[in-house]
Amino acid sequence: MSPFQYARPDTVAEAQTLLAEFGSEASLLAGGTDLLVDLRGRRVQPRVVVDLKRVAELTSGIEEADGALRISATSVMTDLTEDERVRHYYPALVEAAAVVGSIQIRNRATLAGNVCNASPAADTVPALLVYGAEVTLTSLSATRRLPLDDFLVGPGETVLEAGEMVTAINLPIPSRPAGATFARVTRRRGVDLATISLSCLVDSDGTTTFAYGAVAPRPFLVRDHSGVLADRGADERDREAALREMTSYASPITDIRASAEYRQAMLDVMSRRALDKAIDRLAAA
Amino acid sequence: MIPAGALAMTFTVNGTVRTLEVATHHTLLDVLRDQLDLTGTKECCAEGECGACTVLVDGRSVNSCLMLAVEADGSEIATVEGLASDGELGPLQQAFLDKGAAQCGFCIPGQLMSAQALLARNPLPTVDEVHDGLVGNLCRCAGYQQITEAVLAAAESVNR
Repeated sequence: MSPFQYARPDTVAEAQTLLAEFGSEASLLAGGTDLLVDLRGRRVQPRVVVDLKRVAELTSGIEEADGALRISATSVMTDLTEDERVRHYYPALVEAAAVVGSIQIRNRATLAGNVCNASPAADTVPALLVYGAEVTLTSLSATRRLPLDDFLVGPGETVLEAGEMVTAINLPIPSRPAGATFARVTRRRGVDLATISLSCLVDSDGTTTFAYGAVAPRPFLVRDHSGVLADRGADERDREAALREMTSYASPITDIRASAEYRQAMLDVMSRRALDKAIDRLAAA
Repeated sequence: MIPAGALAMTFTVNGTVRTLEVATHHTLLDVLRDQLDLTGTKECCAEGECGACTVLVDGRSVNSCLMLAVEADGSEIATVEGLASDGELGPLQQAFLDKGAAQCGFCIPGQLMSAQALLARNPLPTVDEVHDGLVGNLCRCAGYQQITEAVLAAAESVNR
């Protein structure tokens, strides 16, 4: 690892001043599970590493405010999986957070970092998308709040502008019953990136939402408003066609983890299973 | 802001308060091994896949290769060297020996620390829970069966 300056700001304003001063030569450190690998591989060589773990506004953890659960930027996967409110409202997110890396990784990796790293295979993103997560971004001059769907651009790319940082991920507290689930295919059980990942949410208003990961340049959302997917009594051919339409928006590639054809085939299989599970969960809700 | 170079930090390692100067770009693993001579903790993949560098930071297991030493300022660290006391092996260490869980031995400090964290939150795990608890620790000798047996035996010996 090349030497760098190290800063440990106490406030968001101090962190932003450093970002403004150093620009692209500053790296933000939250959990570090991605950054440290890149630092060691010299894929990033910042002049300053800004450690966010002692910033008061970013260490508030998980709080309920204004009809949403606010997850501060330093909250790690283990914090999510252990939080009763997250477990109650967002079981699919808990399922996703519980399979990120290994226990050691989950004890360090942050939700905000997983989102900002913008991997097409980011485990938590499909679940965050179906739950309608929003991202809070701040800079010295402004604060804005965007749907996660508008935040992600492509592999490793987000709409974050120079001098901007993510301070929280916000999850709206569901106003009516829904059933949701997360699923993924990996080559082995622990410490692997998703070959495909998905989340399915069946709303009590009849809408079915899928979010797919690792089958496109970024995780993406698709919706069935017809109600046919949510209705087990509907004509089976109609349901099959509706499901195929959902998965038809995927554009998987062939890489070391799987071929494009395998990904597409598994997406169909896993979508069907996830839908069944989500409907069961809605019925139990 | 701390310029590139060194920073004085204080942390507790295996119950002893240590104050030392560390390079800002050195990992916790580097400092444990090279400055504190705690060479039980191993470096292997250096990217968070193998778990050989596992230590506990404030009670949670982490890959010490993925953490800057300066991030541990003010924390409590437990390494494999802290499992024995007064020359007596800890229950997990004894069980690993009894069950023949250590073959080449390289991964064992990490396995022990993950097992320590597992038993702290789940004193009587099932076989599946042991597998899940050690999912971040690879063993190239493939001694998984003996390692699992050792963790179960240690749990039983402590809870008997």
